[in-house]
Amino acid sequence: MGEIYGALAMFDTPEQIVEAARRVRERGYVRFDCHTPFPVHGLEAAMGLTRSKLPFLVLGGGAMGVLAAILLQWWTGAVDYPLLIGGKPYFAMEFATPVTFELMVLFSAFTSVFGMLALNGLPMLYHPLFNAEIFARVTDDKFFISIEAIDPRFDRGHTVEFLRSLGASEVVLVEE
Amino acid sequence: MSTVSEQMTRPRLVLGEQTYHTITEAISKIVEEKTPREWYIAFGITGGMTVMLGAMLAYLVMTGIGVWGNNIPVGWAWDITNFVFWIGIGHAGTLISAILYLFRQKWRTSINRAAEAMTLFAVACAGIYPLFHVGRVWVAWWLFPLPYSQGMWPNFRSPLLWDVFAVSTYGTVSLLFWYVGLIPDLATLRDRAKSKIKKFLYGVFSLGWRGSVRHWRHYEIAYLLLAGLSTPLVLSVHSVVSFDFAVSILPGWHTTIFPPYFVAGAIFSGFAMVMTLMLLARWAYKLENFVTRVHLDNMCKIMLATGTIVGYAYATEFFIAWYSANKYEQFTFMNRAFGPYAWAYWIMISCNVISPQIFWFKKMRENVVVMFIVSIFINIGMWFERFVIIVTSLHRDFLPSSWSYFKATYVDICTFIGSFGLFLTLFLLFTRFLPIIAIAEVKGVLAHELHQHGHGAAGSHGGKH
Repeated sequence: MGEIYGALAMFDTPEQIVEAARRVRERGYVRFDCHTPFPVHGLEAAMGLTRSKLPFLVLGGGAMGVLAAILLQWWTGAVDYPLLIGGKPYFAMEFATPVTFELMVLFSAFTSVFGMLALNGLPMLYHPLFNAEIFARVTDDKFFISIEAIDPRFDRGHTVEFLRSLGASEVVLVEE
Repeated sequence: MSTVSEQMTRPRLVLGEQTYHTITEAISKIVEEKTPREWYIAFGITGGMTVMLGAMLAYLVMTGIGVWGNNIPVGWAWDITNFVFWIGIGHAGTLISAILYLFRQKWRTSINRAAEAMTLFAVACAGIYPLFHVGRVWVAWWLFPLPYSQGMWPNFRSPLLWDVFAVSTYGTVSLLFWYVGLIPDLATLRDRAKSKIKKFLYGVFSLGWRGSVRHWRHYEIAYLLLAGLSTPLVLSVHSVVSFDFAVSILPGWHTTIFPPYFVAGAIFSGFAMVMTLMLLARWAYKLENFVTRVHLDNMCKIMLATGTIVGYAYATEFFIAWYSANKYEQFTFMNRAFGPYAWAYWIMISCNVISPQIFWFKKMRENVVVMFIVSIFINIGMWFERFVIIVTSLHRDFLPSSWSYFKATYVDICTFIGSFGLFLTLFLLFTRFLPIIAIAEVKGVLAHELHQHGHGAAGSHGGKH
């Protein structure tokens, strides 16, 4: 066996993984993660995760969209090439509102998707966990906890033993 | 926590003795099984229709817009009718995926994926019409504010330009929303794929998703934000489409009721199309455990509600025409109901206002055949609504010497049939290569139901797989 990425434990139910995640955190592990086929209620809290910061990024994205739309409509219509059409003003917020709204939504949507991917470090097509055969069940019906070897408290024997004691149906070591 | 009585009465949304694994199986199987012969037959037919669409558009570009039946005073006819028709159909997808998500309507999970796909394909079909109606389609990019040698910019005071922004934003955001929802399910297909090519393709498009809770945390917020953004977006898109008419000064178009009236109509027609497609998919792929009677019942009720709103809007238009004492307005509406296009008007009324009333009866909301027939009626009726609004308002303008009667040419008809071909072809491809039901979300609903109904853990019973 080559370099070890960490230990991977498989659980059968959402209730078990929430309990196990809480115990892993209480043990003082920090470099650990849970993997589930669908978002499990209460698991984030059990892992001690804070709320995502994504909404702030999206707020910024939306503000950029509003700004870009107003600048675009004002500059093209009133500065660069003013055209008198039907006696209407070159620029006014009244007619600029629909496009401003649409660009706000567009920029916000881009920020939420690409911001989410950036915060998650995706796309990442290779990950050591994919080396574990049992991990294919993560997108099906099993719930996993992985503890990385670089965690200061990680110890091959102890960590595996500890994960077993939490009720894992299977525990394996994963190669780097 | 829910009360005891709620637990007793709320019907289950996932039927059968399901576990997480059986959900994965049931839905992935559709994609993984050998392509059924019926699929090839259907694909052959719709593919042929799509080729016809291409041929008609090529003929149009080579010859000119005159191959369509529209001519002054009817400058807009089937092209814009079809545009509004398709855009409207798209709206139910976003409504189901975004608005019902915000309202925590768990029943949406079985139909949202297919409805979102339908949105995308409908927007693609819609886009064809204004694109080719500009005449010189090779300079259609002038619609966008891009710097080029003329030095001119688009006119932002025109609702037609607002429409460009609204529809392209809508298409883009719908695509993002759909794709984000697909990521975990693509990972499921990746992990189950047997062949190298499939593993590679599903692997690339699932971006290396590994179900990490540190990822779900951002993912769920991103999904919520997209839902929150799509909700006002979907309302704005059809409002902006209605501005194309309402901002003009033509009697019959120049009314303030248009934005809500168009949005209600869009949801109405979209639900009808979702109903048509889901009934077919449910029957063809045996999805009765996922698209249950509860889902169908809810969709019938929404169609009844929106159909009645639309009927109310028709009545309001007449009332306002009379109440305004504007004789041009009055003439337009009398002409609409009793003029040369009265046949179209009464088709619209019968299909849109009368036919959904049958859903007041519970028996009818349980009858799949009735639902299918009514959904087809509504599809037809909503097409006629747009036709009536556009053509009857135009064909008798202010100058009686230029009055005329619009007749569709064979190019009009074949282009429209062809756009159905494109829509159905894309939908068939979707059912073949992507999970048509949101696997991860249905599992979430199942987990919730197991928790509530005290069934214990899903992994434990029937766990030998």
